[in-house]
Amino acid sequence: MGGTSGLVKGGGRWLISPEGNAVLIFKMQFMLLFSRQGKLRLQKWYVPLSDKEKKKITRELVQTVLARKPKMCSFLEWRDLKIVYKRYASLYFCCAIEDQDNELITLEIIHRYVELLDKYFGSVCELDIIFNFEKAYFILDEFLLGGEAQETSKKNVLKAIEQADLLQEPRHEYFNVPVY
Amino acid sequence: MPAVSKGDGMRGLAVFISDIRNCKSKEAEVKRINKELANIRSKFKGDKALDGYSKKKYVCKLLFIFLLGHDIDFGHMEAVNLLSSNKYTEKQIGYLFISVLVNSNSDLIRLINNGIKNDLASRNPTFMNLALHCIANVGSREMAEAFASEIPRILVAGDTMDSVKQSAALCLLRLNRTSPDLVPMGEWTARVVHLLNDQHLGVVTAATSLITTLAQKSPDDFKTSISLAVARLSRIVTSASIDLQDYTYYFVAAPWLSVKLLRLLQCYPPPEDAALRSRLTECLETILNKAQEPPKSKKVQHSNAKNAVLFEAISLIIHHDSEPTLLVRACNQLGQFLQHRETNLRYLALESMCTLASSEFSHEAVKTHIETVINALKTERDVSVRQRAVDLLYAMCDRSNAKQIVAEMLSYLETADYSIREEIVLKVAILAEKYAVDYTWYVDTILNLIRIAGDYVSEEVWYRVIQIVINRDDVQGYAAKTVFEALQAPACHENLVKVGGYILGEFGNLIAGDSRSSPLVQFNLLHSKFHLCSVPTRALLLSAYIKFINLFPEVKATIQEVLRSDSQLRNADVELQQRAVEYLRLSCIASTDILATVLEEMPPFPERESSILAKLKRKKGPGNLPDIDDARRNVNGNTEHTEKTETTNKSSFSLVADLLPINRPRPASSSPIMLSAGTMGSTPSFTDLLNLNSTPTAGASLLVDVFSDSSTLASVEVSDENFPRFVCKNNGVIFENQLLQIGLKSEYRQNLGRMYVFYGNKTSTQFLSFSSSVTCSDTLKNHILSTSHLIVPSQLLHFSCGAQVQQILNIECVSDFTDAPVLNVQFRYGGTLQNIAVKLPVMLNKFFQPTEMTSQDFFQRWKQLGAPQQEVQKIFKAKHPMDTDVTKAKILGFGVALLDRVDPNAENFVGAGVIHSKNTQVGCLLRL
Repeated sequence: MGGTSGLVKGGGRWLISPEGNAVLIFKMQFMLLFSRQGKLRLQKWYVPLSDKEKKKITRELVQTVLARKPKMCSFLEWRDLKIVYKRYASLYFCCAIEDQDNELITLEIIHRYVELLDKYFGSVCELDIIFNFEKAYFILDEFLLGGEAQETSKKNVLKAIEQADLLQEPRHEYFNVPVY
Repeated sequence: MPAVSKGDGMRGLAVFISDIRNCKSKEAEVKRINKELANIRSKFKGDKALDGYSKKKYVCKLLFIFLLGHDIDFGHMEAVNLLSSNKYTEKQIGYLFISVLVNSNSDLIRLINNGIKNDLASRNPTFMNLALHCIANVGSREMAEAFASEIPRILVAGDTMDSVKQSAALCLLRLNRTSPDLVPMGEWTARVVHLLNDQHLGVVTAATSLITTLAQKSPDDFKTSISLAVARLSRIVTSASIDLQDYTYYFVAAPWLSVKLLRLLQCYPPPEDAALRSRLTECLETILNKAQEPPKSKKVQHSNAKNAVLFEAISLIIHHDSEPTLLVRACNQLGQFLQHRETNLRYLALESMCTLASSEFSHEAVKTHIETVINALKTERDVSVRQRAVDLLYAMCDRSNAKQIVAEMLSYLETADYSIREEIVLKVAILAEKYAVDYTWYVDTILNLIRIAGDYVSEEVWYRVIQIVINRDDVQGYAAKTVFEALQAPACHENLVKVGGYILGEFGNLIAGDSRSSPLVQFNLLHSKFHLCSVPTRALLLSAYIKFINLFPEVKATIQEVLRSDSQLRNADVELQQRAVEYLRLSCIASTDILATVLEEMPPFPERESSILAKLKRKKGPGNLPDIDDARRNVNGNTEHTEKTETTNKSSFSLVADLLPINRPRPASSSPIMLSAGTMGSTPSFTDLLNLNSTPTAGASLLVDVFSDSSTLASVEVSDENFPRFVCKNNGVIFENQLLQIGLKSEYRQNLGRMYVFYGNKTSTQFLSFSSSVTCSDTLKNHILSTSHLIVPSQLLHFSCGAQVQQILNIECVSDFTDAPVLNVQFRYGGTLQNIAVKLPVMLNKFFQPTEMTSQDFFQRWKQLGAPQQEVQKIFKAKHPMDTDVTKAKILGFGVALLDRVDPNAENFVGAGVIHSKNTQVGCLLRL
């Protein structure tokens, strides 16, 4: 057990990627949002992987998760990782974490992110995320950075996004100097 | 939320996304995308300078196209341009594009870093955050090089805004994970630890992750975080749920922070300070108590957050493994979860209990849940939960319950999901071996495994059963009888035929007394399976047949007839054909005595770690496995072999290598037939008979020699056995076998060296056509080391018994190198060509010139060598007790000057020297 049971002390451990490269792996590896039809809506990678590897992982994982039945448990082992996923309406939220990581808190990371999206868009639906994908990314960055929770207070995250939104005034051409 | 925030006026983007969504087919989508790409390309290439808004819009479209799964190979430059915009949204889109699409694209990284640098210096917190997010998202080495020293400053500066601190902390964490060598430790580390006391819980949350990562790297530097973390945790768990305001999540106080603090504490052993320790124990008790309280909310988020903290607390309790009461309480709590209606909790309870099972304090408590776990195996509907149940049964298994658990696993195996069968097979095989009191049970279990799940029984498993049967003579008769009975089944698995063939070939004689299993019956039984088997199995059966000829002379004629048949002698498969030909010849020409020697019973296998265990570990990665030491088992059942076990375990030869040698170096010996007899004692010759992977021309099979009096050797293993002995000395014997001894004497001055090689003929006959040459690998040859003036005295051509000849090698070190040259020796002895290759001990340290210096000089130079690539530190456990004189001699032998009274610590050894090469001279300092 212990904090670091990986092969490399500190930081993470080595995972052999599908292309045979050793990749140092960390806490949260990546987060994927995809629809029931298997369409990827958002992808966030906290590990350096090639596009080819990312595509392969995504394809495999989407298939695996979609094949699971509703009442099954939200965790599964996949390759060397643990997958934590939850379905909200037509969207699946799916995180890959490391072996000794906390599954339940990851499940609640997903939930908090959904709450943030919901509060920001006002009952969020898949379409909001499709048309405003950049916002979905910005909100995620305020909440999770480098795969770790940065700010867990809903109020504070939304405040940061609101402030940023106040800076965008595309209609006001003369509004060049940002205000905060 | 203000309505303007959505879509933020990029109408063109919204229209494009709608178009894509309206596409009826994949082709239509691709067409629309290609049209858009062409449009964007022409805009980017056009003469008219694009305004910021258009650039942003097009970059955003490219991003969208990329996220749909298409490749994007342009637009990077435009995105980088956006970074320098002073409009926030343009900057933001620029950063997003870079975060998603840039994989350390080297020609752009400088420009990107430039943009980041400007924003970090802007003192505008929103811009700084964007820049920090970008570094954290990309996290490339180039970025680490540029910013790893800047970010700690931002993090601990007094006037940095809280939100920027949070970003900076996690940004640094990411850089530390990708390029730990570039993140400098320093004065800032102490101040980072104090962020655990920060008033802003968001800052504490981010900082805790960073500290955990850094503490894993250098625990000693962050020891002070223990007391701060305990204090913080204590305040959280005792707070009323409203105290923490927005950091309370569904009535649970700061669950994320709690989990992170508990995680940080897992980097350390239990606190030594008694007061601190009891405060921590109190926290953990409070968390366990809360689990028993009625829930404050029916929402699943409430119970998840609460239990997330609980599971992390249990992890810490298991990590400390020192408080029996806490461990047992944890176990009882998990026991309740085992029957919880939430599948997630059952899953986690099974998982967490696995680790509890390995603690001596809670092992017994875990075992009380065996019935529940077995029930889970039978009733859980989700395969991933059943998998956890299998893992737990495996972890809780000991001598007292092994038979029950193995039986349950075997019965589960009949219906188990295909995805986990192989793993269960491995686990059953390991448990059966580990806890076998009586080996008949072991043999039965493995044969059952093959019967139930033959396809999933890997080679390791059936190799292992053979290994154990060979090594334990009390079970051989039983094994022969049992496989004989199992083979009666009309359809039996090929793996059973393999085991059967091998065991009957070795021990068929033990049951031959019974007329129902007479030699002929045994042979007919095996041969009835022959035609249904694959080539490797047939090859094995042929070997079993030749063994039969030795065991039972009465079936010799029958077997010879089988070998002589066209389907064998003219078999299209070259391996089978060769075996048939050779075995037939062998059975005809060899005398009974020779036959008996060649085909003698296999000698016991050397002890080693079970290759099955190794395979399971490969499959599972590190994790829920019983300790290897614990699982390592002496198959002979002897304890006096422990030391031997140790050594063989260290060598990484797998069983596969023994049973099926692929490139076994040929033992050097003179007459072909003596070769087989001479090596009988040490190397099992039968393994050669089983050598399925060798091609006949490689001459690895010993029987080739019966028919040909000279064979060529394709490749020779380079001997480097004595190589390490020459690290600290220059003279000695580098190679020796029955025929030849090679001694070395060498001297070095600056970048030049001379090596005297002595060849001694140990036999009583002449070596013919003796020749030697030195080869260097390509890298070594081209720019590292040149060997010249190879003097080969003429008498080398033939040199007689007892004689010694000498050869001189001149060596020059051109620049630094790591490889070593190889000395190849060839000669004929008694008609056979002998090939020997020896790694010559020419190492970089041979070109050391000792240097004397004073303490002051030494440390001044020592401190100058600060860059990571200039410094190597290695910590290792001493294999022998430290002896000052021996160590001194070794250091001197290594080539450096030993500097006395230089280090303030008298226990430390200090050395200094200069490595001379033709091109440069490199000074080296050493502290031990």
